[in-house]
Amino acid sequence: MHLKYESTLREPLVDGVKDYHQVTEDIISPIEAKPGKLWYVGFAISLVLLAFGIFSVTWEVYYGTGVWNLNKTIGWGWDITNFVWWVGIGHAGTLISAILMLFRQGWRTGVNRAAEAMTIFAVMCAGQFPIFHMGRVWMAFFVLPYPNTRGPLWVNFNSPLLWDVFAISTYFTVSLLFWYSGLIPDFATVRDRAKTKLRKLLYGIASFGWTGSTKHWQRHEALSLVLAGLSTPLVLSVHTIVSFDFATSVIPGWHTTIFPPYFVAGAIFSGFAMVQTLLIIVRKILKLEEYITLGHMEAMNKVIVLTGSVVGCAYLTELFMAWYAAVPYEFATFYKYRAAGPLGWSYWIMMTCNVITPQVFWFRKMRRNVAVTFVMSIIVNIGMWFERFVIICTSLYRDYLPSSWAYYRPSWPEVGFYMGTFGLFFTCFFLFAKYFPVIAVAEIKAVLKTSGESFKKDMEKYEQQPAEQFEAGLHHHDDHHHDAHGAVAHAHN
Amino acid sequence: MAVKNFVVASFSDEAVLFPAVKKVRTAGYKIHDVYTPFPVHGLDHALGLRETSLHTAGFIYGITGTTTALSCMSWVFNSDWPMNIGGKPHFPLPAFIPITFELTVLFSAVGMVLTFCYLCQLAPFVKKHIFHPRQTDDLFVMAIEVTSKTNTEELKSFLASVGGQQINEQRAEAGWWYGSFAKDDRLFETKRVEAVNA
Repeated sequence: MHLKYESTLREPLVDGVKDYHQVTEDIISPIEAKPGKLWYVGFAISLVLLAFGIFSVTWEVYYGTGVWNLNKTIGWGWDITNFVWWVGIGHAGTLISAILMLFRQGWRTGVNRAAEAMTIFAVMCAGQFPIFHMGRVWMAFFVLPYPNTRGPLWVNFNSPLLWDVFAISTYFTVSLLFWYSGLIPDFATVRDRAKTKLRKLLYGIASFGWTGSTKHWQRHEALSLVLAGLSTPLVLSVHTIVSFDFATSVIPGWHTTIFPPYFVAGAIFSGFAMVQTLLIIVRKILKLEEYITLGHMEAMNKVIVLTGSVVGCAYLTELFMAWYAAVPYEFATFYKYRAAGPLGWSYWIMMTCNVITPQVFWFRKMRRNVAVTFVMSIIVNIGMWFERFVIICTSLYRDYLPSSWAYYRPSWPEVGFYMGTFGLFFTCFFLFAKYFPVIAVAEIKAVLKTSGESFKKDMEKYEQQPAEQFEAGLHHHDDHHHDAHGAVAHAHN
Repeated sequence: MAVKNFVVASFSDEAVLFPAVKKVRTAGYKIHDVYTPFPVHGLDHALGLRETSLHTAGFIYGITGTTTALSCMSWVFNSDWPMNIGGKPHFPLPAFIPITFELTVLFSAVGMVLTFCYLCQLAPFVKKHIFHPRQTDDLFVMAIEVTSKTNTEELKSFLASVGGQQINEQRAEAGWWYGSFAKDDRLFETKRVEAVNA
């Protein structure tokens, strides 16, 4: 009898006949092999993008934020759009690792490691935008509250922009800790099977001297559970606070109480889409189709269609409220300058990509189709980028004073900066995919005997039994143990 | 810690491991540790380990964060540099909630991870003895401490009878030391030299 048992009706999480060693072999061997040609090509492109990004940012720092096409009407443009977009993407990782862990969703084990890595890299990219938007970036540390010689003049704790500083940096730190604490045992696995001296040395340092002691595992489990418990409200708070940047202002189109849940749903929506984009490539290149199965993709597509529809409801609610509230300015923002007007095209891209196209995922066939999922994941991310652009720019470009009405299109350093963050993101992700275990090895082993395909097959004979017989079998097993225990205890006395 | 002698047995299935742990313990042997490639639920109880108090530590760190945030912000706004921000109160509690929450989470998470690393003696450059290289791969490795009363041969055959494989004796440092996994440190030999010189 196995120690744990899960109904065979559930789809297996790990396909194929595997034992523990095979799991290690499948997931760790790509780290030990030389990367393929595609890896080098992808990595080189990422480095080029990153270099161009650094050039664009240097240009902006040298000449000042004036090189961006922001003006006194449109004070936030691509920079804050990109910031919110990247932060949103950064939500899926912690959602998968924390919330799904609390909900005991076994399928998270296949995808959580890569999703958490994605979170960390996305938040790194997001952070660049507000920092470089400051212009005099060497004074960025002024956002931190510390005793200073300027009074001491403190930061304004009432400001949502300061809350953001705390939210984003806390989110980054906690996600990093969560990710790394999960990586320690897997690094030890790489270390103990390493053949080269360099690998032994580096993974030895990275594994912090992990041995797999029972007591350490017990503490590790407790740590993971509490970190998951802490990260769950944290992940919800981060995008809530990002939405406060807008919602606590008095700009029509921003001043909306629906923003926090609407932003969180949108963040999960775009985050899962990005996880799909990345994992579809990773499972193909690293040949991990047996661990990141169609079942995993289907589960994520369900989340996408749910959150996409939540976001759709939020769009409609906004439109309804703009009419129902009978405030002329808000009505004008939504109906004249957002859904119509010179930037109206961006609104309809958003509506199409976020609300209409994801509805294909109501069909099981579509949810389990790799090509459809891949294309949809990119469409969703385009749509979510436009959502932020729409919220920010269409609320600003037609303000109270018609003489200051303006149009906005980005200059090359703004575009270059955005491309640079793609470079940063993919540089990090390529390095991660090559040198880190992209699937949580220990966690997969822990669910293998309940959710592995071959082990499920073994359980089928028990499923066929009537309940009474199954129970009798269990009792017999128990009695046997008690007897043995009793006999030994007697012998001791 | 100290250099000790161990008898080491490997198990390839947790269904064999659990009864073996029970039998070894009831036979009165002192299990130093069982090393597993993944968390095996219930093994801590089978070994008679007490529950960890790490959650309690996390809670204490959390409330420390809450208090730090609230007291610092109210000190800044009320006594160090009272500022009139649009005639709003000096103690705007609702506006303090986001930062208070974030610091609670931050303190708790950072504190817990540091405590975890301290308790498990985990840090970069820390090295420990690995009884079997496959204990992080697919084997469940039981190390039993050899005391002056232990009959090693009897113990070995006992372990074989409960399903242990690759049974061997090892002399190893039970604690941690600074070292590289790329080098084969033989700590017990160095110690022996020191003893002779003294």
